[in-house]
Amino acid sequence: MDDILVTHRLRKEFGGLVAVNDVDFAIPRGAIVSLIGPNGAGKTTFFNMITGVYKPTSGRIIFDGEDITGKPPHAVTERGIGRTFQNIRLFQQMTAVENVLVGMHARLRGGILASILRTPRLKREEAQAREQARQLLAYCGLAGREADYARNLPYGDQRRLEVARALATQPKLLLLDEPTAGMNPQETLEFTGFIRRVRDERKLTVLLIEHDMKVVMGVSERISVLDYGEKISEGTPEQVRRDPRVIEAYLGSSAVAG
Amino acid sequence: MRRRPRLSAYEGFWQALGAAGVADARRRWEAKPLLLQRGLPPLVAAVLAVGIAWASGLPPSPALLVLLALSYALYLSPHRVRRWALPVTALSVAVAYPFYLEHLFALPVVKSFPSMDTMVVMAIFTMMALGLNMVVGYAGLLDLGYVAFYAIGAYVAAWLASDHFTQVDLRFGAIGEDTGVGGIHISIWLALVIAACVTAVAGVIIGLPTLRLRGDYLAIVTLGFGEILPQIARNGDQQGLGFNLTNGPQGINPVDPPGFGGWLADHLGLPANYLAEQGRYVNFTSLLYWTAIGLVLLTLFASIRLRDSRLGRAWIAIREDETAAAAMGVPLMRTKTWAYAAGAFFGGVAGAWFATFNQGVFADQFQFNISVFILCMVILGGMGNVWGVIVGAAFLTYLNTEGLGNIGGWLNENILPCKGGGTTGKAISNGCIDVPLLQFGIYGAIIVAVMVLRPQGLFPEARRKLEFETGVHDQPLQDLAR
Repeated sequence: MDDILVTHRLRKEFGGLVAVNDVDFAIPRGAIVSLIGPNGAGKTTFFNMITGVYKPTSGRIIFDGEDITGKPPHAVTERGIGRTFQNIRLFQQMTAVENVLVGMHARLRGGILASILRTPRLKREEAQAREQARQLLAYCGLAGREADYARNLPYGDQRRLEVARALATQPKLLLLDEPTAGMNPQETLEFTGFIRRVRDERKLTVLLIEHDMKVVMGVSERISVLDYGEKISEGTPEQVRRDPRVIEAYLGSSAVAG
Repeated sequence: MRRRPRLSAYEGFWQALGAAGVADARRRWEAKPLLLQRGLPPLVAAVLAVGIAWASGLPPSPALLVLLALSYALYLSPHRVRRWALPVTALSVAVAYPFYLEHLFALPVVKSFPSMDTMVVMAIFTMMALGLNMVVGYAGLLDLGYVAFYAIGAYVAAWLASDHFTQVDLRFGAIGEDTGVGGIHISIWLALVIAACVTAVAGVIIGLPTLRLRGDYLAIVTLGFGEILPQIARNGDQQGLGFNLTNGPQGINPVDPPGFGGWLADHLGLPANYLAEQGRYVNFTSLLYWTAIGLVLLTLFASIRLRDSRLGRAWIAIREDETAAAAMGVPLMRTKTWAYAAGAFFGGVAGAWFATFNQGVFADQFQFNISVFILCMVILGGMGNVWGVIVGAAFLTYLNTEGLGNIGGWLNENILPCKGGGTTGKAISNGCIDVPLLQFGIYGAIIVAVMVLRPQGLFPEARRKLEFETGVHDQPLQDLAR
């Protein structure tokens, strides 16, 4: 199968702590894949290495056939990986539409001189970008919210805006870091439906991080499980659910014994 | 915690009236047309103030009345008119300044309106404050060494338009007599552009190693650069450098006067040489002033355009959350370096024009305190808001050049037991205070007061206001800013 992202023995140490321990991992193109594990399993560290926030201690990351190991975040984003953050990191003091426009940064060309002179080409580009941003917001269910400051949006809408901003980077692979954290079951259900729709309509690949297994069972096609920085299981939701090592990691060894 | 609702003067007025037995006055007043409600109280207050002054032997000057009428009309005009009418009026008042300066009235306490020389300095510092605002206000990079750019701009202009480099003899579009000693003399306008570009490049060179740092560390390194460059200027002569780059403490002097030269003077009526103009209103200083106003307008224009551009958005995004900005595809180093370069560019323009205004460059002019002084202007006015920054810059420069001295004189004459002779180089002596000697204490006090009472500045940018209310979360997350 065609894999959009592959990691080879990816490793990250913080001092003596091995946060991610030689993880081999692959995401098939067009799939919704989840990375789960208990708190502190190294999921977010793994994520941050893929997106260039952390430099891996060793190992390689291949995205769409290109080695992106150690590339800075903006270069990774330019190549087509968009992400959201576990604790929402919107530009709180910018409007919804401005947040999305920042996401388009790498796709726009307007330079410093053109910006000052406001050339016809720049004007056209800006107008198009704003129109696209508006459409993207509407697509994510934020129509009519364009001029609101991000901080004034309700929690669920902030999550949606983060997705809209990530989509604005025109990703091939969308990374969502615990996107349903803090949502109630109803909102979670709606959100996972939305993720599936985004994947189908925009032909993306999605990697979800979750520590709540229930959330990912419904939406994921494949699941990998991390525990103490090591991949302990991988497969379809059904396989993972039955894997005794996963049950042990989540419920403790006594549950398996009993 | 709930805050106790504060009793406004407005509420208090009506409560006092109610207590005096006029119960429904407020209801009747608030039923009147809005224009009247807004318009009447200030009119009454102004008429009363002018009337009292007149009665006590101070006839109102025509200039004051015109000023009051103008402000009143602006105050009453609807928002959509005021939006453009206010800047246009402010600009016309500023441009016409040399013509009515002599007819202005005496001010209480600060005595006089700023002189023409002061106005030029104010315009130059406004340019610098606007430039620093791009770095500090837009991109959120604390720069404590902005004086370096000011110095570079001034020295480059001086090199390009003086007798300094006697080794070469180059004249290009320069005006004035050829003294025969040689040196580079190119047109001042070209020198201005080159100085600005060189300064921008210097901004990039200084920025590349420093902008990898964040917050406090960046501030300290910029502080270092702000000290290094003036030191080079002080020591950059034959003994210090083995090559006379800056002529050391003597400075480069004189710098060519500006002017448009023959062709433009003949065909467009522009002044051929600013120094040669000796008119009552149109003279060297007022021409420098008008040109400086033009340069301020250019800076302002670029500031606003940049703020609303793709680059400006990226700057604000970095200010708010560097990590998120990088994850959205904003290249941190490149974007920050652009902020530095843009800020440096206008610092360079200001420096170059300052050299022209002074007709010389002297190493002692570029002290660390200038960096702090410009930063104060930005903070006082309101980081990120160009209008606030302009007000802050004009106000503080006025205080620095004339205001403090005048205030001190007034204090000594009217309040303090100061008997003739005045101060003797000490801050306090003979019952007199030498206020300008205390200037840094005073600026410090102003900044402390602003920080305590109004940390977002006098005229905050809407966004900044929000930031001060809610705080920003910018946890460093990256291994390295790359």
